[in-house]
Amino acid sequence: MTADRIRSSLVTAYMVLFFGYLFLPLIIMTAATFNTSRFPTVAPWMGFTLDWFTVLWNDRAMWTALWTSFLIGVGVIVLAVPIGLSAALLLYRLHSKARTVLYAVMVSPLLTPGVIIGISTLVFWDRWLDVKGGIFLTVIAQSSFIAAYAMLLFMARLQRFDLTLEEAALDLGASHLQVFRRITLPYLMPAILSAAFIAFLQSFENYNTTIFVRGLDTTLTVYIASKVRTGLTPAVNALSVIMIGLTILGAFVYELARRRELARQESAKRRAVQADMALAGSAL
Amino acid sequence: MKEVLRRYGPGLTAAIVALCAFWVVMLIVLPQLLMIDFSLRPSLPPAKLGGPEDVYTARNYVTLWNNTIHRSIFLQTIWASALVTAITFAVCYPVAYFMAQVARPKSLPLLILLLVIPFWINELLRTFAWYIILAFNGPLNLALVWLGLLDQPVRLLGSPAGVIVGMVYVYILFMVFPLYNAIESLDRNQIEAARDLGSGWLRIHRRIVIPHAKPGIAVGCIMTFMLAAGSYAVPALLGGPSSRWFTEIIYNWFFEGGNWNQGAAYAFILLVLCVGFILLMMRIFKVGLTDVAK
Repeated sequence: MTADRIRSSLVTAYMVLFFGYLFLPLIIMTAATFNTSRFPTVAPWMGFTLDWFTVLWNDRAMWTALWTSFLIGVGVIVLAVPIGLSAALLLYRLHSKARTVLYAVMVSPLLTPGVIIGISTLVFWDRWLDVKGGIFLTVIAQSSFIAAYAMLLFMARLQRFDLTLEEAALDLGASHLQVFRRITLPYLMPAILSAAFIAFLQSFENYNTTIFVRGLDTTLTVYIASKVRTGLTPAVNALSVIMIGLTILGAFVYELARRRELARQESAKRRAVQADMALAGSAL
Repeated sequence: MKEVLRRYGPGLTAAIVALCAFWVVMLIVLPQLLMIDFSLRPSLPPAKLGGPEDVYTARNYVTLWNNTIHRSIFLQTIWASALVTAITFAVCYPVAYFMAQVARPKSLPLLILLLVIPFWINELLRTFAWYIILAFNGPLNLALVWLGLLDQPVRLLGSPAGVIVGMVYVYILFMVFPLYNAIESLDRNQIEAARDLGSGWLRIHRRIVIPHAKPGIAVGCIMTFMLAAGSYAVPALLGGPSSRWFTEIIYNWFFEGGNWNQGAAYAFILLVLCVGFILLMMRIFKVGLTDVAK
């Protein structure tokens, strides 16, 4: 019994250490934002300040980079979400060897290092199509793998799709476009919203692919990395703190929405079962 | 295909196929193929393109073999990425096991939330956090000196150890979740039964938990290795001259050396390395592509 107890307290200690390891770096980084010291650190503590937020606010390069990242993120949503949706719809209807091959090709960007996606996009579009690096090419490069994430989200949702709904609508004389607009699209709406959210976030935080295709444009991540190497002040921490705060908030809202959607489905299913039972009961 | 047409009608089908074709052809297949083609050609000024010198050659690949510095950085990247993968696995396995089999169901959502939060945070920012910690006058050096483990601060930033520590931190969550998902599906009764039959805990893990978790282990290792070998952010921020990463060499061929053909060849070698690692893992753990790309 005592051996068990020792082991379980060792395990608990390990878990505490592990989560300490996960969070301590983020806490230290946050704390350094509020230190007067010119170099971001927590020791020595030279006094509490909020000045680094002001410094950040007045940095024009940061605003330009933020705007660039925003434009690229919107571009990726516009390109990658429709691509992911079409791919999921196509794969959903294919039942053959072609499906396996196509699926393998479509998820391959997820198993390719980000730098290689950036390089191959740059070489192909710059040398063969004469499209130079910049915002457009960054959207192209990022979309090639973000579309795969979107596709997986759509495929997961389509797995629970009730095909008879489409059948019924078609039998009742709806056109294909009507069926798509009135049945398929509304059913997929939650997945479209999460795909757009994930796409924007993935685009916003991308670095490894972006550095090859950005041309002369600077995204927020590129800006942070260059600041770290040349002219690092706690203003970078201030930016990090804001980004972390927004990310956690976004993740929280996303998670909440996902759970509400799940709960909604559950209760719909329960109601359907109840209705079936009632029907079965009256038939008897 | 007939089924697609019957379901979506001609207009929608055309739109779907066009978008998919654009993605597969213009964003995935052609860039990869032409990168390989490009890597097999010499770097020429625009005037000489298509001329007699524009022929296929393996010269760009031979460079890696002949350049001892690049070769050693390449080998070091492989070795360090494997090390990162191994350390990450060792750190995560107990955590995943605890969460999947030991933790009370009531505390599980909180534990998962605590794991998910850092996962959402930008890779670059997580790296940056370690930049502060590893700094010469940073908290880690201070703590080590205070504990008496060091007489004076040492240079942690720019050392290979610094890069490896940073990478373990940044990519750890890509290991935890696949492991957790795999172990979670194991029936607790199997462990109980083994224990009742007198198995020690080491034997339980070796004979029951690990074999069951194979697909998760494979996925975790593939993701971690691929992210580590292809990482640019971590070595760029935490690395130095003694800890250069292969991706940095590739970057320099493009933006400092100005020899894209050479850079494309190096990039293709990196891709082959990663594909090789994926195949190796799939072979060792006997899992298929559908298990990996979920």
